[in-house]
Amino acid sequence: MTDETAAMAEGGNSARLLALHRLMRRIRAFEETAVAAHAAGEIPGPLHVSIGQEAVAAGVCLNLRRDDRITSTHRGHGHALAKGAGVAGMMAELHGRAGGHCGGKGGSMHIADFTAGMLGANGVVAGGIPIAVGAAQGLRLLGSDAVVACFFGDGAINRGPFLEGLNWAALFRLPVLFVCEDNGVAAFTRAESTTAGPGAAARAEALGVPAEAVDGNDAAAVDAAAGRLLVAVRAGSGPRLLHARTTRASGHTSTDAAAWRTAEEVAASRARDPLSALEASMLRQGVAAEALAAVRAEAEAEMGHAREAARAAPWPDPASAWEDVQDSGAEIAA
Amino acid sequence: MPEVTLVEATRLALVQEMRRDPRVWALGEDVARGGLFGQYRGVLEEFGEARAVSTPISESTIMGAGLGAALVGTRPVIEMRIFDFTLCAMDELANQIAKIRYMTGGQARPALVVRMPHGMWRSSAAQHSQTLEAWFAHLPGVVVVAPATPADAAGLLVAAIRSDDPVLVFEPKDLWHSVGPVPDVIEPLPFGSARRVREGGDLTLVVWSALVPAAERAAAALAERGMGVDLLDLRSLWPWDEDAVCASVARTGRLLVAQEAVTTAGFGAEVAARMVERLGPGRVRAVRRLGFPRVPVPFAPPLEAALRVTPERIVEAAEAMVRG
Ligand SMILES: Cc1ncc(C[n+]2csc(CCOP(=O)(O)OP(=O)(O)O)c2C)c(N)n1
Repeated sequence: MTDETAAMAEGGNSARLLALHRLMRRIRAFEETAVAAHAAGEIPGPLHVSIGQEAVAAGVCLNLRRDDRITSTHRGHGHALAKGAGVAGMMAELHGRAGGHCGGKGGSMHIADFTAGMLGANGVVAGGIPIAVGAAQGLRLLGSDAVVACFFGDGAINRGPFLEGLNWAALFRLPVLFVCEDNGVAAFTRAESTTAGPGAAARAEALGVPAEAVDGNDAAAVDAAAGRLLVAVRAGSGPRLLHARTTRASGHTSTDAAAWRTAEEVAASRARDPLSALEASMLRQGVAAEALAAVRAEAEAEMGHAREAARAAPWPDPASAWEDVQDSGAEIAA
Repeated sequence: MPEVTLVEATRLALVQEMRRDPRVWALGEDVARGGLFGQYRGVLEEFGEARAVSTPISESTIMGAGLGAALVGTRPVIEMRIFDFTLCAMDELANQIAKIRYMTGGQARPALVVRMPHGMWRSSAAQHSQTLEAWFAHLPGVVVVAPATPADAAGLLVAAIRSDDPVLVFEPKDLWHSVGPVPDVIEPLPFGSARRVREGGDLTLVVWSALVPAAERAAAALAERGMGVDLLDLRSLWPWDEDAVCASVARTGRLLVAQEAVTTAGFGAEVAARMVERLGPGRVRAVRRLGFPRVPVPFAPPLEAALRVTPERIVEAAEAMVRG
């Protein structure tokens, strides 16, 4: 993994590494803060965190423009932050408080920030795939040159919309980068016991979508691969798929201990931590440990403030539960 | 006013709106070939393949891609070919389209139309004949319309295309070739307004979609026997014209809802319950629902006919209510 990182540093691209690092630290800090708030009973509902997977979100989204769009999953905080969604609105939304991006009607599983091109996390596995291809088709109809990145887990490739959506995107040569975040598990079950055949990349190739595999815990490698694929996507060559192997450090939800995993597995996933790896290689390239620590402290402070603000925010007005359903018929809906 | 078929009326409405707004486009199986029933005839030729898109047989993605395209600012018309295939796209419709505005706190405005030809038609059997519009009246987040005449089908389609709400349009396959006047310039018909088909003082008869002609024949037969039927074609199931039905039932005191659908937990139950809630049991002297028993639609013509809500069945029910 140090190859890409070293090449980047040699190429005078240390600013890029710093950007990746800062983004991943902010995602990590956001989610650790959220886990603490959830444990304290301040965040209701289920919370799926992506600790251990930050390099995928950061490496892909650093290659996107503000007007590009993404669709995300139930494990979507990292994608949202990396795409530029506002932190205060995200944290407030997780808390179900006024000022949340979705006014407290969505929560963690439905985070969206349309101003940042973040079209929504999704409570339904593979739910974002058809939406992503349609967004790409709509953008093209409008004459836009923006593209769409579509994140989904390895579990999603066993749902029909994966086949439909990839076929569709290839058929219409749509500007979509499909990103399969393969953490090797779906909820509580290992992927190999649910997925036949060689997996996401081979399925994509069979549908005419060129695919590339990458170590999803190597931020620089993800960045480079996503960059390459997005050049093709932006050039009008049609969709591409990035298969990023990564590790989910935690359980399925923040309260799931994932006790079925062996001690060796847990240790191995810790050893593959993408942030530790990135920091180790940055240190080897001469970045000062203090500088890395400062980024971390800053990220943690930022998220701490966001938590404080969310905690202090009022609950949404109960009357707002009646709003944002639909225009027609609102008067007889009650 | 030119007289056209219902199918042609909807084609005229679509073409009018596609000329007016370049963000409007249509997608679905065989759309570029004119659609299964000719509703899209000439659309490819006039608007090109980017706006008349024949898709793979991928209902989840037809529906979900329509949503995605709406989220970036286009106004898709999503063609489902036959309503029953919508059931292959229920996540996209019920979990995504119907919920996204709400879940995102109003950020998303899924301005899209879903067209679903429905109902019994020429022995199509159990997977091509269903009328489940009541399911969608139950689903917050969508508008549900079910017109019966060429003019209403055209006006409601125009309104649907211009609406910022997702609008589900149930089109009666059995009436595709019925004929009626349609104006040269098709104005949007507001959702939630019923049409009084016939005025009468003895009984309120509520219908929608394919049952409207049967109800008209029944009302005419009842008039010959001295019974006045106030016949209302709902046209929209959500929002629906509670006020019009209520005013009518307040006069007649009797409510008969006839539906080409299973009676149990159907939309007729909603109409009946609302009227009793609003008027009180004392002012609603008689309530009845006519529909199918809780069985699928069969194939053989005599079996299909055994289910149908016919003018004769409506007359019989109405007479029993008025005289009984
Ligand atoms: C259609 C659907 N089925 C089941 C679920 C319940 N569920 C939520 S997450 C999940 C596992 C998803 O696995 P994967 O896509 O690999 O993502 P991961 O959780 O590993 O990040 C399941 C089964 C769901 N949300 N949607």
